[in-house]
Amino acid sequence: MLSKRVIPCLDVRDGLLTKGVRFRENLDLGDPVEAARRYYEEGADEIVFYDITASAEGRGIFLGVVERVAEAIFIPFSVGGGLSSVSQMRDVLLAGAEKISLNSAAVRDPRLIAQGAEAFGSQAVVLGLDARRVGPTAHIPSGYEVVINGGRVPTGLDALAWARKAEELGAGEICLNSIDADGTQDGYELDVTRMVAQNVRIPVIASGGAGRPEHLFQALSDGHASAVLVASIVHYNRHSIKDLKEFLRQRGLPVRMV
Amino acid sequence: MLAIIDYRAGNQTSVKRALDHLGIPSEIASDPDVLERAEGLIFPGVGAAGQAMRVISSTGLDQAMRRLAAGGRPMLGICLGCQIMLESSEENQTRTLGLLPGRTVRFPDGLDDHDGRPIRVPHMGWNTVRFRKRSPLWAGLRPDDQFYFVHSFYPSPAEELVLGLTWHGQDFCSVYGREGLWALQFHPEKSGRPGLAILSNFYRYCREAGNHAQ
Repeated sequence: MLSKRVIPCLDVRDGLLTKGVRFRENLDLGDPVEAARRYYEEGADEIVFYDITASAEGRGIFLGVVERVAEAIFIPFSVGGGLSSVSQMRDVLLAGAEKISLNSAAVRDPRLIAQGAEAFGSQAVVLGLDARRVGPTAHIPSGYEVVINGGRVPTGLDALAWARKAEELGAGEICLNSIDADGTQDGYELDVTRMVAQNVRIPVIASGGAGRPEHLFQALSDGHASAVLVASIVHYNRHSIKDLKEFLRQRGLPVRMV
Repeated sequence: MLAIIDYRAGNQTSVKRALDHLGIPSEIASDPDVLERAEGLIFPGVGAAGQAMRVISSTGLDQAMRRLAAGGRPMLGICLGCQIMLESSEENQTRTLGLLPGRTVRFPDGLDDHDGRPIRVPHMGWNTVRFRKRSPLWAGLRPDDQFYFVHSFYPSPAEELVLGLTWHGQDFCSVYGREGLWALQFHPEKSGRPGLAILSNFYRYCREAGNHAQ
């Protein structure tokens, strides 16, 4: 039976982690390659990197990071942040990532999803979807609106409708981030996670809000998510990936222990 | 030296990085002469069967692979490579290499998981394999070891060739072959420790097979 996945997410700027990652032995790491290696050894099922560099120069540095990660870890990893063309996707995949994540650029030009799926296969194309609770309206029947540019810009798109459209266009997976829950550590936004997961056939990764091990369990059971993205809960040495997975295993969820 | 067969289907470099990490000498190659002098062949692949077979046929790789397989050269197919070692694929209705009897089929619609929820296709993520027989290829692995899968089609070889089963709404064949000619639906190069162990085991087998042959 397919295991539920736990996926740490690392933000990278100019080739370095934006905030250090702290491990058990109080080791602080700023190098994304070293952090990736530690999470790999702890049993991360995948790793996600977001490049929040703005400049072209920074992008070149980031591709070097992707190459070094690919030489250091032997699990899948994906890359997102500012990708807006097939040639940029190709650069990242050739550098060694398995998947690319499209977010704002796909909203602006949905054909990017289809072009990416055609060129690299659906398995390589993840839709990053940032959703904000607005309450149901005629235009947004699900009550969740797609927002872009890190949550600053509302799009008028219904989150559920966009998720289904992305699936039709060929996205292989949806990483669903709740802007309301993001950073709160009060738990994932279960309603939107469940709604999207029940209405698409591709896997949904819940993102935003993890603060305690129970939150992961809720998203993977009640929320119907296939995977959970984790950041602060693991970066600041409150829980190791291994402990989180042991917790999920004891609750009866299928997880991979290394 | 292991040759990683290059037919422009994606993940040769991932396999190469894993072998480099293990200290196993390898070359990414499409030249039949290079394949000829390799101790073993790795036949990887990501993508669709139709396009893959067009490239393989147009470059003459199909004939080289049939000849080497028939001559007993050890070979390890991975993912798409695993599928197109059989005779045909439902993907793009393609005639494939036919190194072993069987065909590649798609996960049927309407399957439910153990929790009663519909399974998702592609089958993407980590899953276990119930190995049926002993083999030098998976020596030293634990029964609960998991492997990384990403696929919508799976191999359906002749029954006697099935070596491992995995559950995704139903049992499907995730490992098949015979000694020296193995096919894995999962990605050993992306499956952490147990996947790397399989690649090491394959190289060790190739070296020993080569020594016996001399």
